[in-house]
Amino acid sequence: MSNKVVQAMYNDDDILMDAVKEVRAANYHIEEVYTPFPVHGLDKAMGLKGTRIAITAFMYGCVGLVFSVWMMNYMMIEQWPQDIGGKPSFAFIQNMPAFVPIMFEMTVFFAAHLMVITFYMRSRLWPFKEAENPDPRTTDDMFVMEVIVDGNEDELIAFLEKTGTVEIKVTEKH
Amino acid sequence: MYTFSSKLKTLSLALMIIGLLGVGYGFLSAPASVDEVKVLLQESHNTHGEVATPAGHAAAESGVAVQAEDAHAEHIFHLLKNKPWSALYVALFFFFMISLGTLAFYAIQHVSQAGWSIVLFRVMEAITAYLPVGGVLLFVFFVLSATHMNHLFVWMDPEVVANDALIQNKSGYLNVPFFLIRAAIYIIVWVLYRNYARKMTIAQDALTDLSNYRKLFKSSAAFLVFFLVTESMMSWDWIMSLDPHWYSTLFGWYVFSSLIVSAITTIALVSIYLKGKGYLEFVNNSHLHDLAKFMFGFSIFWAYLWFSQFMLIWYANIPEEVTYFVTRFNDYKVPFLGMVVLNFVFPLLILMNSDFKRVPWFIVTAGIIVLIGHYIDIFVMIMPATVGDQWFIGISEISSILLVLGIFIYVVFNAMTKAPLLAKGSPFIKESEHFHY
Repeated sequence: MSNKVVQAMYNDDDILMDAVKEVRAANYHIEEVYTPFPVHGLDKAMGLKGTRIAITAFMYGCVGLVFSVWMMNYMMIEQWPQDIGGKPSFAFIQNMPAFVPIMFEMTVFFAAHLMVITFYMRSRLWPFKEAENPDPRTTDDMFVMEVIVDGNEDELIAFLEKTGTVEIKVTEKH
Repeated sequence: MYTFSSKLKTLSLALMIIGLLGVGYGFLSAPASVDEVKVLLQESHNTHGEVATPAGHAAAESGVAVQAEDAHAEHIFHLLKNKPWSALYVALFFFFMISLGTLAFYAIQHVSQAGWSIVLFRVMEAITAYLPVGGVLLFVFFVLSATHMNHLFVWMDPEVVANDALIQNKSGYLNVPFFLIRAAIYIIVWVLYRNYARKMTIAQDALTDLSNYRKLFKSSAAFLVFFLVTESMMSWDWIMSLDPHWYSTLFGWYVFSSLIVSAITTIALVSIYLKGKGYLEFVNNSHLHDLAKFMFGFSIFWAYLWFSQFMLIWYANIPEEVTYFVTRFNDYKVPFLGMVVLNFVFPLLILMNSDFKRVPWFIVTAGIIVLIGHYIDIFVMIMPATVGDQWFIGISEISSILLVLGIFIYVVFNAMTKAPLLAKGSPFIKESEHFHY
């Protein structure tokens, strides 16, 4: 089977949204959509699943909280329970209010940074990464919908031409 | 148009009657004299099988110990006399603050030109209908305090002031006439704005131009300025002055955070109730989601201020400030720490998930917990100063809540019947009806 894809270009996000709905209704498989800016509701129209990154952030936050509690308890209570300005260092709970600012910041730090790193890893973004851009105009004013050719190519192109596209390219998928 | 269901009306009247009986019982069962307290103390010693401080008994013959015991009994007597009054005061303040917080939230919605909340305006206006009623009840309560019907505000007692240099120094601010005048000014201006706003939005329904809308925008901005100043002063007057030896800078904002989160919760609960009855078909779950987000955010804001006030005082541990928390820690450990769980940990975990915030029963559960938590918050602000270690959430406290809750429900839902539930004159009404998140 060939890896041929049709790249249908649009110059308006509303037309793109309608096209996505039509293509999905006609049971063609949309490989990818490239847009210059976030199009509200596009993920729903494409039928993409919701992101789970918030759940990972919650778990990372819990890790940060546990880490800070362990760290403060180990350093201030267990390892060297010094009397610093009369603060009670006999038990973690007794000196807990003084640790809360650190516990809070650690939770936020872990949640934020690890979530961002997760995002980079899942979306495969890093410095020196080669851009996967089918057409330079998609970062400026063009919207590109890639549809996999599965069966009759001419029929698919004829169908896409009716959806308001301004340009159609057929290429091999790299 | 909303019709006040007879069931709800009966419920509110039943709450008022039960509450009134309980409050009456609370006042009747308060000890009438110091001697009665002495008998009570003796009985409690006997039932607990303890011997009252050995030193006291051994030296009972000496006049000093007897005097000390008398002073102790008299102290307890005053605390117990205060108990039904304080219970009533906590309940009155709690529902008044819900109404006041709703008014502040409502004014913020006008000034920020929020596009989502217009469909909830009539709900908010109805909740603020309790403001004049609650204001009058509170003011009557203050007049009764000023005429020495109770001893909640110790600085109102000339005998106490005569022996207390600290209060004497504050008497330029803490004196009865000025206190009553201030209270009257706050309540009157708040009620004036509330009635004006209500009149304007109802008039706007029939108008095609936006003149009323503009007037309301300006008056709401002016109200918010007035509110932020007077809310702070109100918290010093009505709550902080119960402990006239203690002061805290962020107290006004702390009270505000409690007030705004209970208000938003009440708006959500009333909206869900009305929607369940089919009166608010233009309110969708995105509106509820927004209210739940505010509940979540302001719960955390409350915890932030609560902790900031506590931690700063705990950390520096200056004796004159720290007594406030020492009494709360010694005598009120369960409510003082329990409310942090109810007002912070619970909403944090329940309302974090975006999907949960769209489910009515989740919001109702979280809302009820939050309201209970903030009642306890007010309880722990007021009770230690007035009844000390003699607190108990018993008949007086619960029936005071029921009494004021009955009045609150009656007034709010009665006001709901007075105007259509959709404020259709607002320029943002279309946006609000189509709001989705």
